Amino acid sequence: MSFESQPEPGSSTVSTLVPVPAGPVPIIPEPSPRQKVDITIDGQKLVVPEGTTLLEACRRLGIETPTLCFLENLTPVNVCRICVVEVEGSRVLVPACSRKAEPGMVVRTDSERVRLSRRLVLEFLASSVDVSTAPELKNYMQRYQARPERFGPAAPAAPAGGRDAALPGLHILPEGTMASTVAQPVKIDNELYVRDYSKCILCYKCVEACGVDAQNTFAIAVAGRGFDARISTEYAMPLPESACVYCGNCIGVCPTGALMFRSEYEMRRAGTWDEPKQTRTDTICPYCGVGCTLTLHVQDNTIVKATSPLEQDITRGHLCIKGRFGWQFVQNRGNLEAEEKSGLESNRDD
Amino acid sequence: MDLRLTGAEPTSEEKIAVESVLGPPDSGWVGGTRRSELEGHAAFGGQAARAKRHLLLPVLHAIQSRFGWISSGALSYACQRLDVPPAEAFGVASFYGLFSVTPRPPVVVHVCDDIACLASGAKAMCEKLEQTLGSPGSPGPEGRTTWLRSPCLGLCERAPAALLSAAGKRSYEKVLAPASPETITSCLNETESEPGNLLERLEASLAVPQVGQAELRLLRRIGRVNPESLDDYRAEGGYKMLRRALELGPDRVIREVIDSKLVGRGGAAFPAGKKWAAVAAQTARRPHYLVCNADESEPGTFKDRVVMEGDPFALVEAMTIAGFAAGCERGYLYVRGEYPLATERMARAIERTRERGLLGDNILGHRLSFDIEIRRGAGAYICGEETALFNSIEGFRGEPRNKPPFPTEAGLFGKPTVVNNVETLINVLDILGRGGAAYASTGTSGSTGTKLFCLSGHIARPGVYEVPFGTTLRQLIDLCGGVSGSRGLQAILLGGAAGFFVSPQQLDTPLTFEGTRAIGASLGSGVVMLFDDTVDLKEILLRIAAFFRDESCGQCVPCRVGTVRQEELLHRLADGRPMGSLAKETSLLREIGQAMRDASICGLGQTASSAIESAMAGWERFNERKHP
Ligand SMILES: Cc1cc2nc3c(=O)[nH]c(=O)nc-3n(C[C@H](O)[C@H](O)[C@H](O)COP(=O)(O)O)c2cc1C
Ligand code: SF4
Ligand code: SF4
Ligand code: SF4
Ligand code: FES
Ligand code: FES
Repeated sequence: MSFESQPEPGSSTVSTLVPVPAGPVPIIPEPSPRQKVDITIDGQKLVVPEGTTLLEACRRLGIETPTLCFLENLTPVNVCRICVVEVEGSRVLVPACSRKAEPGMVVRTDSERVRLSRRLVLEFLASSVDVSTAPELKNYMQRYQARPERFGPAAPAAPAGGRDAALPGLHILPEGTMASTVAQPVKIDNELYVRDYSKCILCYKCVEACGVDAQNTFAIAVAGRGFDARISTEYAMPLPESACVYCGNCIGVCPTGALMFRSEYEMRRAGTWDEPKQTRTDTICPYCGVGCTLTLHVQDNTIVKATSPLEQDITRGHLCIKGRFGWQFVQNRGNLEAEEKSGLESNRDD
Repeated sequence: MDLRLTGAEPTSEEKIAVESVLGPPDSGWVGGTRRSELEGHAAFGGQAARAKRHLLLPVLHAIQSRFGWISSGALSYACQRLDVPPAEAFGVASFYGLFSVTPRPPVVVHVCDDIACLASGAKAMCEKLEQTLGSPGSPGPEGRTTWLRSPCLGLCERAPAALLSAAGKRSYEKVLAPASPETITSCLNETESEPGNLLERLEASLAVPQVGQAELRLLRRIGRVNPESLDDYRAEGGYKMLRRALELGPDRVIREVIDSKLVGRGGAAFPAGKKWAAVAAQTARRPHYLVCNADESEPGTFKDRVVMEGDPFALVEAMTIAGFAAGCERGYLYVRGEYPLATERMARAIERTRERGLLGDNILGHRLSFDIEIRRGAGAYICGEETALFNSIEGFRGEPRNKPPFPTEAGLFGKPTVVNNVETLINVLDILGRGGAAYASTGTSGSTGTKLFCLSGHIARPGVYEVPFGTTLRQLIDLCGGVSGSRGLQAILLGGAAGFFVSPQQLDTPLTFEGTRAIGASLGSGVVMLFDDTVDLKEILLRIAAFFRDESCGQCVPCRVGTVRQEELLHRLADGRPMGSLAKETSLLREIGQAMRDASICGLGQTASSAIESAMAGWERFNERKHP
């Protein structure tokens, strides 16, 4: 879904390429003409179709609005609150990513209040989560001059399983001299991808991608409560015992690198991951007839990971295990065997 | 949905517990024996089973109260029966404080260490328990018992309070209030030898010092009628108002409620009549639901408990009237999990009224069909937030939804829903009794009618009081016998943990929505908690900060992390170890508070800093204080 191609009232969105099935031709109802809504953003007036979100409206005006938990191909969960804007008459700020434009709305996207909340959200995240592989978030931090160190040095990481065992409604009282974090050992329990929840900002994207928005597997969900809330399988069981089918769609949507291809993870650890050196090649997945677009990330003549563009209208960036990971077996046979040997030993924390 | 069940096999006892709610399986696909010709190729359970997801919470309760914890085998069987993915069900089970997803002794005493109890010696009591019983959660002899700290149990008038819950074939609960280390220990020992005690009877009238006074309206029956007798209730005027409502018709009932200017008593003060009218108007979208919010978990609040324990039929009648007015086919009563007696009394009242045809179809010979289902919460303050409450009933995590859409448009199960607090609803009986306009003549123009206040802490006669809006704080405190003991008054907490501290200089504030707003406070849920000058207010503030850190659902960043940073900062200050200057810390605290207030999804995050910020002005003063 792209924002520029929002249908204007009256324009037809019916594609002529849809194959006509045999039998009575279904009548496709005309899209009901959408009302127009007048709004003002940062002093600029504009008219948008009813149902347009404030984020879409901002983008039309070229106003950059940071987002973390929003993705075009997922249902908005509006939990990160980085996108908040000020709406005249509203007691609190509203999330631009999901709030729809209403007639006469007057919106401010760069007021002192907006900047403070965005900065604090970034400071809250960066002081509790490892954002080292989240380039977007780091950019926002610069833009809003976030200083997460204001909350003190990071508290030591939890032991393996520690955060999984937290009880809802109970916590050990802090001393306050160190900032609590979600740091914990990386979960490495399979050959295809790792889960480094020290980097998890709890944006819910992976849960949505694993659930009704794409994969319908429901292998992972949010467990626990409050600061101890976490992405988890049932009873925190390892992925190979869970319902996971390794489609990797969760990796595809994760904004922070918490979910990472095993290949990328190992290369980063070895210090050989070199993104500027990588090329990206689009191709069509060879496995089945669906025809998903694959973007192969290649470094030193080796495929290091596979993604799929969001705009791709067949599966909107989602793939299955074959497209996502199949190339490893195709190409890296030698490496993989070596990796398998060392991989099992590396089932540990750093 | 093609579920992959990953848990252990359920034991036969676990199956029985699940089936106590769901009945036996009727198909091989959901755990029964497969009838091969019929079920060889297609699963029939799916759609029907999924529509039962709202039974997840009751099923989890059944498992918890049978075994004291929820094993993977039991959860897996529940998932199979309800067609819920195990990861999601685990997410739900691990959300609630009263559930355990790891083995836990069957007998647990939940010891309140929240603010009213802190003011009554809960700290020393917990320290004593640590010495005698070990750290919270550590199993006692033979692994049968343990104790845990708990947020406010809604028994503040009898602080310090504790609640024992014993899982087993005959599970039961017992209130210990006021509790002492000795009563707690002996109660634990007792249950080891002789399980199966009945719930200790709490007389609701003990919580209503005004019992029997003629001017009472909302509390007038409490302590005077048998809360288990429908006949008594009717002899005291019960069910006259439903008759009147049926005569008036839905529109006139709504008109009276609008004329009365009744606003919600759950904290948000939204006009009740407006809410009903909005739902009633949605004639094309059915069914409509009525939800009575009895989650009452705001520290210091216990009025809804007292109403439900002392006058349960009134709530049933009021809910029926609300359902009639707004065109709701079904009502849900969501009672907090820590209220066993209120739940029992309400269940009995619903049963009695149903037997007499006052619930069900053709009520009182009219074309009115309405019934009420009780749902028990399981230890989550956030489930009192109306949209979190809907998610909780529907079998999802109790995470608030983004608004709009508002409940009147898309509430429970996505349908137009009236959600009201217990106290709001029982006011409707009084409104129909005297007429909306006459009702509005009590109180002030901005706050009409009477209000229930929950008095606790250092007050001579704690309890629930009913006074007209406009009574000043001083008058109310005098009515309750003044400050207990001989010490001076240090501060008053208005509105609960999400409220504000006011000082003894502000005692002449009229208790109205507008009057409290004028001094930058709020009435909230009607909490008035007194602290005399022996109390270390820093400790109270730390407890409030811990409360919000514990009770945040964790969904949105400002609240999930903000409540943690706020608590850390307060600990630094309390220990006299500020990072940089005190001024720097207070400005950081204000920034945290502003981000939580401005950017959080729901009222929890938006108010998590209010009481603390309202007390900060006095922080230096607290620091200088010498404590006995
Ligand atoms: C964190 C939180 C907890 C709440 N807890 C309760 C509660 O226990 N009981 C209640 O009636 N309202 C509670 N509310 C308010 C409800 O969201 C809602 O406004 C209320 O039930 C509406 O009923 P009323 O209009 O009759 O007050 C809570 C709100 C928040 C944000
Ligand atoms: S890899 Fe696919 S199935 Fe497995 S957790 Fe991620 S989204 Fe779910
Ligand atoms: S693992 Fe990634 S996608 Fe999932 S919640 Fe965390 S940050 Fe978001
Ligand atoms: S404000 Fe707190 S309780 Fe409310 S949705 Fe956000 S995290 Fe949950
Ligand atoms: S992007 Fe809008 S709340 Fe996260
Ligand atoms: S019961 Fe302990 S504070 Fe309310």
